[in-house]
Amino acid sequence: MPRVAIIDCEIGNLFSVKNVCEFVGLEANITQDHEDLLLADGVILPGVGAFGDAIGNLERLDFLSPIKDYIASGRPFMGICLGMQLLFTESEEFGQHKGLDVIPGQIVRFPSQRTGSRIVKVPQVCWNRIHPSEDGGQPWDGCPLEDVDPGEYMYFVHSYYCVPDDPSVTLCRTTYGDTTYCSGLVRSNVFATQFHPEKSGSQGVKIYKEWAARLADGRRES
Amino acid sequence: MNHRIIPRLDIKGPNLVKGIHLEGLRVLGRPEFFAQYYFEHGADELMYQDVVASLFGRNSLQEIISRTARASFIPLAVGGGLRSIADISDVLRAGADKVSLNTAAVRRPELVREAALSFGSSTIMVSIEASKEDGLYRAYVDNGREPTGVEVLEWAQQAEDLGAGEILLTSVDREGTGTGFDLELISMVAQSVSVPVIAHGGAGSVQDCFEALEMGLADAISVASILHYDLIREREVWEHDDAEGNVVFLKSGRSFSKIQPAGLDEIKTFLSEKGVSCRHA
Repeated sequence: MPRVAIIDCEIGNLFSVKNVCEFVGLEANITQDHEDLLLADGVILPGVGAFGDAIGNLERLDFLSPIKDYIASGRPFMGICLGMQLLFTESEEFGQHKGLDVIPGQIVRFPSQRTGSRIVKVPQVCWNRIHPSEDGGQPWDGCPLEDVDPGEYMYFVHSYYCVPDDPSVTLCRTTYGDTTYCSGLVRSNVFATQFHPEKSGSQGVKIYKEWAARLADGRRES
Repeated sequence: MNHRIIPRLDIKGPNLVKGIHLEGLRVLGRPEFFAQYYFEHGADELMYQDVVASLFGRNSLQEIISRTARASFIPLAVGGGLRSIADISDVLRAGADKVSLNTAAVRRPELVREAALSFGSSTIMVSIEASKEDGLYRAYVDNGREPTGVEVLEWAQQAEDLGAGEILLTSVDREGTGTGFDLELISMVAQSVSVPVIAHGGAGSVQDCFEALEMGLADAISVASILHYDLIREREVWEHDDAEGNVVFLKSGRSFSKIQPAGLDEIKTFLSEKGVSCRHA
């Protein structure tokens, strides 16, 4: 059974990530020990909460270099929600914070918006559609979104969104209020989503299934 | 935005119950059964409320949360009797994604800040149970039983400042009556905070759901009776449950005259036809 390490940076619900990993046939281990990354067939960086706190916790637990080393090893890596944002260069959340800088780019806050008398609420807490990136993004074929229908709904909870310097990493786009942004990305072995596939019903489970299949393939090859 | 329709399940011990004005509880069946059914039929999220948490032990709730979280891959919010960071942590560890705080937050608002810092704002919902007196909405605690004198709008804004990620707004006056949401209350709060407001209390028909979202400007709605009675009508679930409490009502096959039962698909079809966006296949 492929082994996945779920990095615990002490914020948010990791139960649901572990639960869905087990549901799709992975052996899932929630860990604060960076040495667990060495033996893992796949690594998930989940997370909710504040960017600065999460980076601070990763630093304190000595995870920053091991995560970068793991990603450089070419084995499958998945970032979810804040875990996607942490991959970027820096965030403007509560002052400027440096991220892992694996994906060059910025994390910015949704602007204050209104539609008529209605405030477009921040955080966005709702199901929203993901669409393939038009000009020059990554195709869904051959990535964990392979079995997902374009325009499918996924569950989102966030106030900030990712702006990659290189838009070609974009896998899917989502529109909230008047803002259309990168809601998922892929760059070689790194796959990341702003939405929570583990909370997105059967469509989200499909994403984990596809990702798990990659882990199994990687295990056979090595 | 796509408005969420959130089935609300009031829990007493091992049972799903439903009351009027948050009191006079009737046993409806096993909560996990209802939760699973709603997950499979398009619920956007699930909400458990332990209605007697301050009076009884919590073990059965933990088990219900774990069983539900293992089988349904949508967000699960849990509230009722959570008083401390440790209580919140227990419920999250059992598998909840969010918690709602009412009594403890009103008594000690700093708990909201501490909880938001510990678990992230998106995990912390402040639940406000509102009732109108002398023209002003005031917050109640202990399931709508105890007045606090706290003014609802001020409290909602303070909750947001303290780091609440969402406001769950219940009309105690309308809860369980099926006479419609309190649109004045909902729009007042929804227009005054920048975090999402979930309206709860009073839904008696699909039209009421539409009005809460369209006129009330709610971001999401939480619905109990019309869904539960629809499910009961469909499946006659009570036959399979050992229930505690008033089941005569259930066996009679009657529901409340004001409640027009409707399933999630029916609600979402109605909303979509009226141009209110929601996740609907």
